Amino acid sequence: MFNASLKQLSLQLAEKKISSTELTTEFLKRIKALNPEYNAFITVNEELSLAQAQAADKMIAAGQAGPLTGIPIAQKDIFCTKGWLTTCGSKMLSNFVSPYDAGVIERFNQAGAINIGKTNMDEFAMGSSNETSFYGPVKNPWDHAAVPGGSSGGAACAVAARLAPAATGTDTGGSIRQPAALCGISGIKPTYGLVSRYGMIAFASSLDQGGPMAKSAEDLALLLNVMTGFDPRDSTSLQRDVEDYARDLQKPLAGLRIGLPKEYFAEGMSKDVESAIEKALDEYRKLGAQTVEVSLPNAPLAIPVYYVLAPAEASSNLSRFDGVRYGHRAKSYGDLADMYRKSRAEGFGAEVKRRILIGTYVLSHGYYDAYYIKAQKLRRLIAQDFAEAYKQCDIIMGPTTPTVAFNLGEKSGDPIQMYLSDIYTSAANLTGMPAMSIPVGFGDKNRPVGLHIIGNYFSEAQMLNVAHQYQLATDWHLQSPV
Amino acid sequence: MQWEIVIGLEVHAQLSTQSKIFSGSSTAYGAAPNTQASVIDLALPGVLPVLNKGAVERAIKLGLSVGAKINSPSIFARKNYFYPDLPKGYQISQYELPVVQGGNIQIQVDGAEKNVRLTRAHLEEDAGKSLHEDFHGMSGIDLNRAGTPLLEIVSEPDMRSSAEAVAYAKTLHALVRWIGICDGNMQEGSFRCDANVSVRPRGTEKLGTRCEIKNLNSFRFLEKAIDYEARRQIEILEDGGSIRQETRLYDANKDETRTMRTKEDANDYRYFPDPDLLPLEIPQSWIDQIKQTLPELPQARRDRYISAFALSAYDASVLTSSREMADYFDATLKQLPAQAKLCANWIMGEISGQLNKEGIEMTACPITPSQLAELLARIHDGTISGKAAKTVFESMWNGELDKNVDAIIEAKGLKQISDDSAIEKLVDQVLAANAQQVADYRNGKEKAFNSLIGQIMKATQGKANPAQVNAMLKKKLDG
Repeated sequence: MFNASLKQLSLQLAEKKISSTELTTEFLKRIKALNPEYNAFITVNEELSLAQAQAADKMIAAGQAGPLTGIPIAQKDIFCTKGWLTTCGSKMLSNFVSPYDAGVIERFNQAGAINIGKTNMDEFAMGSSNETSFYGPVKNPWDHAAVPGGSSGGAACAVAARLAPAATGTDTGGSIRQPAALCGISGIKPTYGLVSRYGMIAFASSLDQGGPMAKSAEDLALLLNVMTGFDPRDSTSLQRDVEDYARDLQKPLAGLRIGLPKEYFAEGMSKDVESAIEKALDEYRKLGAQTVEVSLPNAPLAIPVYYVLAPAEASSNLSRFDGVRYGHRAKSYGDLADMYRKSRAEGFGAEVKRRILIGTYVLSHGYYDAYYIKAQKLRRLIAQDFAEAYKQCDIIMGPTTPTVAFNLGEKSGDPIQMYLSDIYTSAANLTGMPAMSIPVGFGDKNRPVGLHIIGNYFSEAQMLNVAHQYQLATDWHLQSPV
Repeated sequence: MQWEIVIGLEVHAQLSTQSKIFSGSSTAYGAAPNTQASVIDLALPGVLPVLNKGAVERAIKLGLSVGAKINSPSIFARKNYFYPDLPKGYQISQYELPVVQGGNIQIQVDGAEKNVRLTRAHLEEDAGKSLHEDFHGMSGIDLNRAGTPLLEIVSEPDMRSSAEAVAYAKTLHALVRWIGICDGNMQEGSFRCDANVSVRPRGTEKLGTRCEIKNLNSFRFLEKAIDYEARRQIEILEDGGSIRQETRLYDANKDETRTMRTKEDANDYRYFPDPDLLPLEIPQSWIDQIKQTLPELPQARRDRYISAFALSAYDASVLTSSREMADYFDATLKQLPAQAKLCANWIMGEISGQLNKEGIEMTACPITPSQLAELLARIHDGTISGKAAKTVFESMWNGELDKNVDAIIEAKGLKQISDDSAIEKLVDQVLAANAQQVADYRNGKEKAFNSLIGQIMKATQGKANPAQVNAMLKKKLDG
């Protein structure tokens, strides 16, 4: 049951082999037993989850079930969830119970899915190891000495450790793909604008995008079918025809042109990762695809551009956390400025403060043109590189991360080293293109390696097809650390 | 030294939309605190703004009315600063690319016409209110106003006196009400002025250092604040000092301005384009559609009154000071063509006077344009005198006899004596009884004539047609 795919679970529910209440209870038990070790969940609420399960069982009995009805999903604690503590991994929101549901949560509720709990994450999604969470680090189920990645570290851990059949994540610079890679699961960041950002606590608005994390590409397709769709409450949400992301899963890959950016197969990638990626590419060639070298000359600028734009937006987005209307307020303070100063000093962790400072600096009078405007120009150049590359290939592949999971504490004192773990992933956020990671083997210390698949805008169905065909031919995605 | 005062105005006009600029909450004034603040207005985590199309439409209306350029795209930007009544920690405004760019407004001061150039007009959201009383050392926050749509209309520094600034503010005030984008209620803060004031030696080009006076919510305060501020600056300069650029507040009780903040402690607002809102694209077809809905503008109507009805520039300006008055005039004139001056006089005189006295709006005027036209028709055809008409007017205003003009004239016996033979008889009687005055007149004492007229009018209790009496008396005396 804990290893079953979403399709299998759905079938078992439909055939009444198990009820949603039973399924939910089993997962809740497992979380209760194992979460103290993993710390993947910030909040579990049996009562609320079971109430949803009972409602789902009624839907199933009434023949109104959809593909996700009755299936437990772990929700990243960045999605506002009515009646649930929604902390965003921060002390600042450690007392915030949301009075409303995010667009994504509404969609899962309408689909009859069960919220099995709110997953741990780097504070305000700022981090690549889950170590910046106010609620403590999460362990990598493959090696408890290793980080799970971040910021959606709790989600990746929950899926890998089979604490939930699937999870949601958000990705601003790699926060779905990097932890998916480090925990040996599959995750996709869709094209910017496909998943509603309403109720998804903003880190960097022009880069943030929600997406699913699961055991397989097939599961991701089912989850995307529920998560995507126009939301009039989000002005950046795209109005497009509904599509079935599972429609192309079975297509053969013969003739597929895979672009390999030479900048991604260069210095920086560790040997163990390189070897796993090469083997995966060999597998693709066996499946009938051909690989072509492409170039993304401005790709190395993605990290510096990202670390100007993301903090700039974050510095403004996080201004609302001032202790005035909700969230943490210092117990004692003098005047108004002192209340702000103390509440924010106490409520935010070091990494969040660092990014607010960077962002405030780059937006300041006299620096704006040199940093923010220049970064926006480079952002366009990076997008042009990808547009050029897609003239020669259908899809782009490379490593998701330069190394396998690092140890807890290994990089937490060195922000630059930490930032470089997003070196391959942040370009997809800057361009808005869809990108995913799938497990393709193991590297040093038997820690998972992820293959990064970047598609052109709105090519999610094709990307999932490409991932699924690989997963039909291999079994890396079926391997479990538990 | 002769000093020249240089003034530019920034006007915040609250747009008359039902809901806020980025949320669906009501904008109605006067609700209990925080009852019109949704999760979006409260800036809860995760909420996002969605632009109210009605606010954009109103901005476009203003742009078209002043001959400005409508920018497409225009960009919403975040103005970052911390204050408890600013829930997001930033105000969504427009910075580099405002929706309305340029434009002109014609003002009249002392009978002369002057053009004031507009710099821009941009959309933004209002902040909430901080309430510092009644909370025992704490402050209360009311976010009902947070997110109310504002159009900030910025002029060039084209005004040279407080009178010009007031004329500009009044013209703009009339315009925004005329085109229906703002209710203009200054007490409720729907139309607020900030004045940028500087002085320079007359004849020089270079602008002096300016001070900005914030939140002037009446035309009178605007005038007094500018006069005070200009005097203050001139005194400093004449004493050899220099002006410090700063933001000042006007204290109406003391009739003075005082420092609110200096340039040194001004915020760095860190403006940048709001990533939650896409660039605002305005298709030409939408602009064209809005153009169709615009009423004839005050300037055009004023010109028409002068050319078509031969009204004076003054009369035409007063009649077009509000759309309601102009519409009232048009409707009255429609019933009584070719009597523009008579209609104008009565609307500007009796009607306006009575409305002012009772503090009611033109739209609530108890006398309709056609009722007024009926009354004026009776003056025009000689049935009643102008003086008697005022009595009839008063009765109509008070709702007597269903405001029926003829019934009131009848009931009050106000009908004018216009019968030639009756008047001749009256004149003869008076002449016979006043031989001395007749003799005086004939000996060159013109004053005697008026005395005789007075006697005749007195004899008829003012009901004799004065023009006829005049003519008859002249004929008899000079005859």
